[in-house]
Amino acid sequence: MKHQTLKLKWFALVVGLSAVLMLGACKKKAAPPPPPPPPPPASPTASISVSPDTIQAGQSSTLSWQTSNATDVSIDGIGAVQPSGSQQVSPSTSTTYHLTAKGAGGTQDATTRLTVTQPPPPVTQTPSPTDEDLFNSSVKDVYFEYEKSDIRGDQQPSIQADVLFLNQHSNVSFTIEGHCDERGSTEYNLALGDQRASSVKNALTTAGIASNRIKTISYGKEKPFCTESNEACWQQNRRGHFVYQK
Amino acid sequence: MRQPNLPARTYRLTILSCAVLFSSHAHKNRKRMDDGARDDRERRVPGSWPFGVRPAEILTLLVVLVSLLASISSAQDWVRTGTSLGVEKVPLAVPDFKPSGADPQNAALLKTFNDTFWNDLDNSGVVELVSKSFYPLQAPGQPAEVTFGLWNSPPPNAAMLAFGNLGVLAGKLTVQGWLYDVKNTASPQVLGKQYTDVPTDDAARLIAHKFADEIILRLGGGLAGIAESKIYFVSDRSGHKEIWAMDYDGSNQHQLTHQGSISLSPRVSPDGSRLAFSSLTKSGWDILMYSFDVNRLVSFPRFGGTNLSPAWSPDGARLALSSSRGGDSEIYICDASGANLRRMTNNKGPDVSPAWNRKTGAQLTFVSGRTGLPQIYTMEADGTGQTRMTDQGYAVSPNWAPNGQFLTFAWIRKYGPGEPGASDLYLMDIASKQWVQLTHDGGRNDFPGWSPDGRHIVFQSSRSGKEEIWEMLADGTKLHQLTFTGRNTQPNWSWK
Repeated sequence: MKHQTLKLKWFALVVGLSAVLMLGACKKKAAPPPPPPPPPPASPTASISVSPDTIQAGQSSTLSWQTSNATDVSIDGIGAVQPSGSQQVSPSTSTTYHLTAKGAGGTQDATTRLTVTQPPPPVTQTPSPTDEDLFNSSVKDVYFEYEKSDIRGDQQPSIQADVLFLNQHSNVSFTIEGHCDERGSTEYNLALGDQRASSVKNALTTAGIASNRIKTISYGKEKPFCTESNEACWQQNRRGHFVYQK
Repeated sequence: MRQPNLPARTYRLTILSCAVLFSSHAHKNRKRMDDGARDDRERRVPGSWPFGVRPAEILTLLVVLVSLLASISSAQDWVRTGTSLGVEKVPLAVPDFKPSGADPQNAALLKTFNDTFWNDLDNSGVVELVSKSFYPLQAPGQPAEVTFGLWNSPPPNAAMLAFGNLGVLAGKLTVQGWLYDVKNTASPQVLGKQYTDVPTDDAARLIAHKFADEIILRLGGGLAGIAESKIYFVSDRSGHKEIWAMDYDGSNQHQLTHQGSISLSPRVSPDGSRLAFSSLTKSGWDILMYSFDVNRLVSFPRFGGTNLSPAWSPDGARLALSSSRGGDSEIYICDASGANLRRMTNNKGPDVSPAWNRKTGAQLTFVSGRTGLPQIYTMEADGTGQTRMTDQGYAVSPNWAPNGQFLTFAWIRKYGPGEPGASDLYLMDIASKQWVQLTHDGGRNDFPGWSPDGRHIVFQSSRSGKEEIWEMLADGTKLHQLTFTGRNTQPNWSWK
């Protein structure tokens, strides 16, 4: 009997301790501490990248972006986009992409830059130059001594070159302008410029250029090429100047 | 300079047109003068004028004297040119006109009138204006207010007194003006005039010009004044070279043409109704004709080639011009309508800038480069008798004096590399080819033109830094600038 009583005692102790423990546990659950404030919403994150980041004009590149905690995502110049995604872009000039991610937790910006280089000039065949281009680059003006309207010896090569070109381009019509330097009277210089233009015209017609291709006009000292008062400038202004006639 | 204590003088209304006088020494020594840079600047020999001309001889005033005076006491050669040579100019007092009423416009109109009137008389070269600092405090506005003793004795010591009044009454501007011979107290009035016009600034200026011309007509020996004349010229102030006009004193400048290209060489017809000029058109340089009757261009034939420098004959019936229609620049003459074009010259080298003998209409002067550098020539109006007048250098822009005896032109006497190349104005006696230099003061001087009375020369000069219109007496004195805006060239004075 005595042994059985001991067993009961142990059982009672275990049960009692368990009860105490369980009661304690139950009691704890029944009275929790006051709940902490809810954590703030997470700030949005945003990143944007472009790959490759340098292209030539006309090529395209891939713009990729990722955001989190954002409800409203947009890229300047593109508009509203998915929170994460990618898109092909091919701007013609260098562009900075600016992504704005707005969420409950605030706004986050991210930028990336795409550099666009201009392509090297295409190595295409140059169009054949027009008669006007050739005229302007080939035909040489004729220069005069001061107060003279006859063609001096050192200008003969210019005349010959002009005749050669004009014979090769027999459809070209043109005007010869007679110009003078700033010295002397307005009226006399206009008459002198007229003689200079006629002098060049005569040299060309003598060499076989049809006179109906040639107009002459005198500008006297009214339209100088150079406006300084020195001999170098005056020489520039004493000339028969060729102008292509469209 | 005026000397206030001179004894009462008799003024001689003589020898008013420009006259050039050379001593025989000047003639002999011309070569030496050519070599000296400025030796031909005039030298005055005081008190050596040999002619005493009495008022009875005033009728000969238009005759301009060109004399070779053989016996001059001074051994020095001298050259002298001027207006009123040997004559004491009339000392004229011109107190400001007085207001004749209390109209508020009077003050501004009086200022315009008084300034214009004074300048007209001062510019005329006929009178010597007595400085206002010598005037008595009380100026007359009416004949009854003239106190002769205050004017005809020193300090003013005036021989003549111009006075009057101006006022706006009932919307009309009225000016009363008198010219008094204050030495002749018994019968002083020389002139009494009344003018009525609209009360505007322009009207006040016009009345001043008219009254000044009346006085100059009396005191200038019967030669009409120029205060109502006009000057035509080329200005680039609109951005293009266009033809402009102004009063002779530089006021009232206004644009006439709007060609938008280059317009040059304005020449007004003798009756003032038309203006011929040269302009760059689509077909080249053409002579264009502007009519003041309709205030626009009227038709004129296109001759072909480069057509430059039109010039009216004094009867207004013909035009001379330069044309390269035949290939070379030559002088042509046509009717005022452009019909009957006839070539007068036939030379290699430019022939340009014709001008008629303004007295006879029977000769022309022009510029020709037939021998190289341009020189001055004369010829008969039928093209015969072509005579070279200048012997060297670069001579352009000739013009014939109204008296028919002189040429003016621009001359670079030493022309070429390394030479200073000053372009100055010269006056040449046609019969003797004797000349005097009129401008000395630097800059490029060109395009001399005569005033209707032959007392003044208008010209273009770069002496102020850029080309502007200047005016002077025909002896080269009393220079003043008329234009200040833009570049202004090729002045042409109206014929009356």
